[in-house]
Order: sequence, then C-alpha cells, then structure tokens
Amino acid sequence: MYKAAIPKEILEFVDTVRKFVKKDCEPIDELIEQQGKIPEPVVQKVRDLGLYGMTIPTEYGGLGIGATGYCLVAKALSWGHGAFRSLIAVNNGIGSQAILLSGSEEQKQRFLPDLSSGKKLSCFCLTEPGAGSDAASMTTTAVKDGKFWVVNGLKHFITNAPIADVFTVLALSDKEKRTKGGITAFIIEKGTPGLKIGQLHQHMGSKAMVQSEVIFEDCRVPEENVIGKVGEGFRTAMKTLDIGRVTLAASCIGYAEKLLKMGSDYAKIRVQFGKPIADFQAIQWMLADCATEIYAADCMMIDAALRYDSGERQSALASMAKLYASEMACKVADRVLQIHGGMGYMVEAKVERYYRDLRLYRIVEGTSEIQRLVISRSVLKDELTF
Amino acid sequence: MKVLVCMKQTPDTEASIKIAADGKGIEEQNIKWIMSPYDEYAVEEAIRIKEKQTGETVVVTVGTDRVVESMRTALAMGIDRGVHCVDPAFLGSDALATAKILASVIKTENPDVVLCGRQAIDLDQAQAPAYLAEILGWPQVYSVAKLELKGNAAVCNRRIEGGEEIVETSLPCVMTCDKGLNEPRYASLPGIMKAKKKEIKKWALAQTGLAETDVGTAGAKVKTLGYLPLPDRPPGKVFKEMETADMVKQVVKLLREEAKVI
Repeated sequence: MYKAAIPKEILEFVDTVRKFVKKDCEPIDELIEQQGKIPEPVVQKVRDLGLYGMTIPTEYGGLGIGATGYCLVAKALSWGHGAFRSLIAVNNGIGSQAILLSGSEEQKQRFLPDLSSGKKLSCFCLTEPGAGSDAASMTTTAVKDGKFWVVNGLKHFITNAPIADVFTVLALSDKEKRTKGGITAFIIEKGTPGLKIGQLHQHMGSKAMVQSEVIFEDCRVPEENVIGKVGEGFRTAMKTLDIGRVTLAASCIGYAEKLLKMGSDYAKIRVQFGKPIADFQAIQWMLADCATEIYAADCMMIDAALRYDSGERQSALASMAKLYASEMACKVADRVLQIHGGMGYMVEAKVERYYRDLRLYRIVEGTSEIQRLVISRSVLKDELTF
Repeated sequence: MKVLVCMKQTPDTEASIKIAADGKGIEEQNIKWIMSPYDEYAVEEAIRIKEKQTGETVVVTVGTDRVVESMRTALAMGIDRGVHCVDPAFLGSDALATAKILASVIKTENPDVVLCGRQAIDLDQAQAPAYLAEILGWPQVYSVAKLELKGNAAVCNRRIEGGEEIVETSLPCVMTCDKGLNEPRYASLPGIMKAKKKEIKKWALAQTGLAETDVGTAGAKVKTLGYLPLPDRPPGKVFKEMETADMVKQVVKLLREEAKVI
C-alpha cells in the first residue's frame, strides 16, 4: 500500500534498478565474491544509473530521490551482491551528508557533483581502535596552525578508504570540551601530505567490502575544509547517521527476501521421506515466520524513510528499523540455512555467504545495543511518537 | 535520419503463463508486462543512430492502453515520441492486420529506417516485419547483428547458421534486430522524468485509412483456435537395489537407446 505515497517515477526507477540487478549483478555474484570486487564495466553502469548520488539534490548532480528512493534501491541491490551496498553507501550516506547538512555552498559545489556521479569516492573517518560505540572517546587531534589545522591520529574500519578521494574526518579540536563543542569535521582530500592508508582489514564476510586503517601524521588541512563550524563535528556526524541506518535496514530486507526465495525454492525440490520438504509443517512454519518478519521490517523501514523525507527527525525510528531488520535478517539466514540442511553449510549453496555477510549488519553503523540505547533514551524522555 | 521502431508489449520472460478458461487466450491478471526484449535492441539502435547522425526517433505500438507503459520505457531510454495505435476495431488483429496498421503510420511518418525486434517473445511468429516490408514495397533485412548506415544505404551483418552474412540494402528499409546488435541502456531517472512529458499520439482506425474489415478479428486471416499447455514432464526413472556399476550401465543404455542423447 505504501506505494501510493511514493512518486511514480521513483517506483519506475526502482524497477529499472531491479532489471539491472537481475541482468548484470545476479549472474556475477560468484565472480564478485571470488575477486573481492565488482568488475569495472558493471561499476560504470552503477555510475550511469546515478546510484552514487541518490540522496544528493539535483542541483549538485544527484538524483534527489530522498531516503525512500534510496532505500528501495538499496533493497533491490541486495538481491545482487552486498558489495553494491558498500560501494555506493558512503557517497549516498555518511560521506556526502555531512557536507550536504553542514557544509558551505562552496564545499557543496566543489565536492558533491563528483560524489554524485561516482567520479570520486568518499569515506567517513570516525571509528578508532579505542573509539567504537563510544565515538566521543576518540584520540585523533586537530591543532590550529595559522590558516591550517594539523591532524594527527589513527582511524580504523574505514569503508572505501583505500579507494576514496574525499575523506570526511572527525577529530578533537578541543580535548576538554569533546562532544560538547570539541569535535570538528574536516574534508581531507586524497594526496594531502600526512594522509596515509594503513593496514587493509580482512573480514568474516562481505568480502568485497574494502576497509582499512587511515593514518594522519601532521596532516595539514586548510581551514576552508572545516565542515560547518569548529566544534560542531560531533553533532553533524550524529545527524548523518539516521539515513544510513534506515538504508541498512532496507539492505537487510533485500537480503532476507532473497533468502526466503532460496529457502522456498529449495523446500519445493528437496525430497525426503517421499515428499518435498515444503510439505512438512516444520518447514512451512519457518517460511511463514520469515515472511512475516520481512513484512514487518519492510513496513518499519518504509515508514521511517517516508517520515525522514517529510522532514520528521526521530532518530529512534531509524534505530528501530535498523535494529529490527538486521536481527530479523540474521534469523532468516539461520532458518534458511536450516531448511537447506547439510547443503546449507556448503559454500555452493550460497546461504552460508549470506549468513556471514549479514552478521555485519548487527554491528555496523551502531550495534544493536547502541540502537536500543537510542530507542530507550527517546522513550524515557517521552520524545517518541509513533 | 528518421528512425521508427515498431515495438510490442509482451508478458515478462519470468511470468507464469496460465491459459484462460475459454482456452483462447491467457490470463492477463497479475502478469508483469514488458517491452519484448528483441525490441529493446531496436530501441537502443534507433537512439544510437540519432546520437551519431541527429534526426528523430519514433516508437509505434499497436495495443490497448496497457501498452503505454512500455512505450514510456522506450521514451525514457531516449526515443523522442510515440504513436499508439488503439481502437476497439484493432482487437484480435493477426500479424498481417497488425502490419497493415503499422504501415499506415509509417506511410504518414515517412522514416528512413524501420527497426523491429527479430520476433516478439510471446507468440514467436516473426511475421509482422516481413508483411510490413511487403505492404510498403521496401527491402527487408532480417536478424541484424551489426548495422552501419552509409548515406542512402545500410550495411548489415546478419546472423545465419554457422556464421554471419554481410548485406547492403538501400533505404528506406525494414530491419529486424537480433541479440548482439547492441547492449540496451537502462532508463535513467532523468530519462523517466522526461518521458512523462513526451508526446504519445493516438492513432485510431479513422486515421489508418483502412476498413473495419481489414483489421481486428474481422480482418484476421489466421485465427487462433486455442492454446494448449505444455504436457507434464514424465516422471524420472529411479534405479534402486543394484550394484552401482550395473546402475551406470542401465543409465547409459537408456540415455543411448531411449533418450537418444549420447
């Protein structure tokens, strides 16, 4: 029913993306997994479709289809391979949103068109070895020196860092104030002296996701590269998280939909005790639970996205959608693996890949526990409106 | 260069087709409709010709209001405008009657090239383009896998058994497009937005200059008597309680003598 609330051209565009996923992405998912990256001709199609700049307004070269359009596309892309999400998510989310929400007009003109077209990739440097869920405990510092800021420190788990051109970096500009006006956001461009890529990270799943450490050694950043005002970086960072969380929910739902299809297809052809296992109630109930939970997550995600696009700002809604969808998708992966039995444990059935890939989603961009913290705070402050 | 594309809307390749209760059609509810995939090559080629040489591109479709959605897809890919042949009298047209309707549009539009898909993926008749060329008195090149326009002529590589044939034809002509001719582009979001404002002109019986008896069920020389579903697959053979070596021998024997596949 929610389709009535979404502009028709966006639904048509999502249909185009589905077609692209079916024709160009699904057939090469094994190849992407083996090579750990998406082949360049397919990446070019992602650029041509404008998928790097879905959330960026048209005046800066983006598609301007808002959180809702982006979520529906993210859901469709999950049917192809998880690598597509990590490729475009940063430019659409935390990589561009800080500039969009708090950047100057000059910064928007300078960076957003290339991020929209996918000519340049961005990354978001917040997490540090000692500062994960407690992002405010960061130790990366920025010290003013004339018309420059000198940044020193180490960030890790930074998605797309080794291939990024534009780094949005959060650093302590005032050690005493910290979250209360002591953290500043900077744009640092690739090639800036003192900006180095550290160790590449190896993952349990999501093999085609590129992540590394980012090292800053006396990295001199011109003062015009400060995003927003000095000391407002933490607030900016927190503001950019909502849209990312809703789209992560959408990605999880896409994965879960595909898994449900794999589960139901397999249950219909796998014969045991003289009949397809789909005839057994134990299997039917697992499929029914998966479908019900997918539907619930989908309703939450769409509602949160539509409300975000209408200007409503309730972080708890994005957190609830992300918490529920990521936990749901992991349960679906577990059940579908169970439906496949021994075959589900085999690499060739592909279910194990989803099982590994999806585990990330309960951690990335705020763990399930942090989401619960955001939600409960909103409840206890009597701020939550359904 | 003016290029006109004849496009047909067909059920999605993955749609599950059920025969209607009267046996003379298919159940159309809950079917996703798409542009016939071979017609996508025609649309793409038309756009590429225009991009190279300037000119105009037109998409023409015969069908009910349902087909407009697929026409919009062609417009979103980049075709300039559309002509939608729609009239209650057209219902039940066979390939010849359809070609007559399309020819009436082509005579008015006067394009240099008419591109069609090699065949529509629903009925697999591949007849309309040949009828069209005959009615217009134009040459026809079937199954084009490569196309090069040179002044008032076209050089085409045709897919034939075991290889390709290269032919040259004068223009105007009718060509049918095969897989491999190009890779159809996806409709971009700006393309989808622009398509909403592009013109789709309606073309009814009165405009065709044809009589009611030329088209639709009245004009159809080939009448569909009915459709039959594919027969159910025969059950597989299972070999049990034998030595593996004997089973293999049995399977090989049957594959050779019964299935005749080895």
